[in-house]
Amino acid sequence: MNKKQKTMLLRILATAALMVILHFVPVTGPARFLLYLIPYLLIGHDVLAKAWYGIRNRQVFDECFLMVVATLGAIVLALTTDGDYTEAVAVMLFYQVGEWFQIYAVGRSRRSIGQLMDIRPDYANLEVGGALERVDPDQVEPGTVIVIQPGEKIPIDGVVEEGTSSLDAAALTGESLPREVAPGDSVLSGCVNLTGLLKVRTTREFGESTASQILDLVENASSRKARSEDFISRFARVYTPVVCLAALAVALLPPLARLAALGLPPLWSVWLYRALTFLVISCPCALVISIPLSFFAGIGGASSAGVLVKGANFLETLSKTTCVVFDKTGTLTRGTFSVVGVRHNTIPEAELLELTALAESASSHPISRSVQEACGAPPDRQRVKDIREHSGRGVTAVVDGRAVAAGNRRLLDELGIPCPPEETEIGTALHVAVDGAYAGQILIADLVKPTAREAVAALTRAGVRETVMLTGDNEAAARQAAGELGIDRVYSGLLPADKVAKIEELISARTDGGAVAFVGDGINDAPVLSRADVGVAMGAIGSDAAIEAADVVLMDDDPRKLGKAIRISRKCLGIVRQNIVFSIGVKVLCLLLVAVGLAGMWLAIFADVGVMVLAVLNAVRALFVKNL
Amino acid sequence: MKKTYKIDVDCANCANKMETAANGTQGVKNAVVNFMTLKMNVEFDEGAEPKAVMEEVLKNCKKVERDCEIFF
Repeated sequence: MNKKQKTMLLRILATAALMVILHFVPVTGPARFLLYLIPYLLIGHDVLAKAWYGIRNRQVFDECFLMVVATLGAIVLALTTDGDYTEAVAVMLFYQVGEWFQIYAVGRSRRSIGQLMDIRPDYANLEVGGALERVDPDQVEPGTVIVIQPGEKIPIDGVVEEGTSSLDAAALTGESLPREVAPGDSVLSGCVNLTGLLKVRTTREFGESTASQILDLVENASSRKARSEDFISRFARVYTPVVCLAALAVALLPPLARLAALGLPPLWSVWLYRALTFLVISCPCALVISIPLSFFAGIGGASSAGVLVKGANFLETLSKTTCVVFDKTGTLTRGTFSVVGVRHNTIPEAELLELTALAESASSHPISRSVQEACGAPPDRQRVKDIREHSGRGVTAVVDGRAVAAGNRRLLDELGIPCPPEETEIGTALHVAVDGAYAGQILIADLVKPTAREAVAALTRAGVRETVMLTGDNEAAARQAAGELGIDRVYSGLLPADKVAKIEELISARTDGGAVAFVGDGINDAPVLSRADVGVAMGAIGSDAAIEAADVVLMDDDPRKLGKAIRISRKCLGIVRQNIVFSIGVKVLCLLLVAVGLAGMWLAIFADVGVMVLAVLNAVRALFVKNL
Repeated sequence: MKKTYKIDVDCANCANKMETAANGTQGVKNAVVNFMTLKMNVEFDEGAEPKAVMEEVLKNCKKVERDCEIFF
């Protein structure tokens, strides 16, 4: 609570106390009027002043003006009839209570969302003459060595120079499992150093580091307004004048009708009172505050789960997603090759792998690396001689005096060695021959991520009707992966440009009005990401290109996050809809009740403040995403 | 040119009004007020002097909402 709020709270309490006291003071006539003027001015003087400025600046239709008209009207009515001034003061009092609560609640949620996203480090440690010195991270040049003690946040992206430790990246990725780092590993700002002292050579400036970028993104996200937000702004602009005109009509038409057509007494004061009550309900505050607050809370909640949504509009589109298109490599699969089996081998499997790894030891091709990895120990290059790369076919070498050839079928054909058939449905086959005789084939495949199947199932549960996979791979491999994952449709053998065309086709083929989301890893699929209704980049942490191109960024490479993101967006949009329907509904109901005389100014102000309070509390619910 | 300013305003509707007022100011190409983060992103017209424009923006905002502040 700041000073302004404290003063306001004191004014509210003092007014309430005064009203209770005045209730027991038996004065009548002008004295009573003057006595009640004290609490009225105490609670309402700033509203009166604002209304006055509004009139002077020709901004008549603001809520201050309306409150002043309503309460002054009630005072005038009280002067002429029964002398009950309570109503005017109470209306002003409740209006201020509502305002106060709104400011307080919004301030609170602003802070709690801020804390949730509090990954911005405040300082960096430099080692100066053996002692640590805290400096502003903004002033650290790239290439400086900074020291991060256990328990501190890494302020700037860099590479570990010295020390080992485990890092908690939960604030960035939502993943709570710590990650081990050793010299040579790159580290990202925003992670918390858990165990050991680290010396890190920075590779970027503070402003370009991951933590700063993410915060900028999230903070700017709520500036991109969703369609429901625009709807509310437009609604608020017409709502107030319409209700004011209705108030005027209520004040004039029924009495005139009674007088002229029905020959009854006009009851001017009754209808004037109802008209004034209309004015009390005319402030669109509940709506105007709760909708952006819901989106802000939703975006904040999503970011705490490791999902960055770059705008309220994208959160809205994400919630309407009925078709999810995946890129295969790097999204559903690991994006790296591994050895999945050995077939037709004439020598022991371990020996085959070892010989092949040694023959391939000079190559950095992903396939060679996967064989080296499967072999375990790093190859002893002393044992290898005469390595010859056969471009596009494979490699030949002499290992421990034996001639080894490893490559595709064409290589062995050239060497005149007959090959057994390949089992391409699993992956790529690497044929190996030793001393001119066939020794076996090593099957290498890009394995699907262990969570991919579950991720696809989770999407279906979240209400996605169709899942599609786009890939540049051959049809057999694509079908095999899709079948394993439970993907509905597959398009294989696509070039990057074909993928854009496919996305366009899928978008125009959508008949249910839903949106099409594309999930990729941000590497060479940026055009597809931007063409889809929602582009989702996965595993994008530390990858600027992906963060730039996508609308939604999944911080780690777990595809299950997408289902979670969709559920978060659905919950948030659900809350937005509840708030819209609830606020407008209650207001319309109140207007009707007031028009027929079933409700007075008291109920009107209660309804107004009450709806606002409930809508704000409901909006904050969007922040809680843990159990989705 | 685009710049971001910190603002202070109490209610969401007032923030909307500030946005309208800022957009109606000469030299402002587009202004977005973010009530949740209390920030105003202003895109200036080509060749406009941000400081002078912002003074006008503040004046116009004060007209619609007396209790607002823009820090520039």
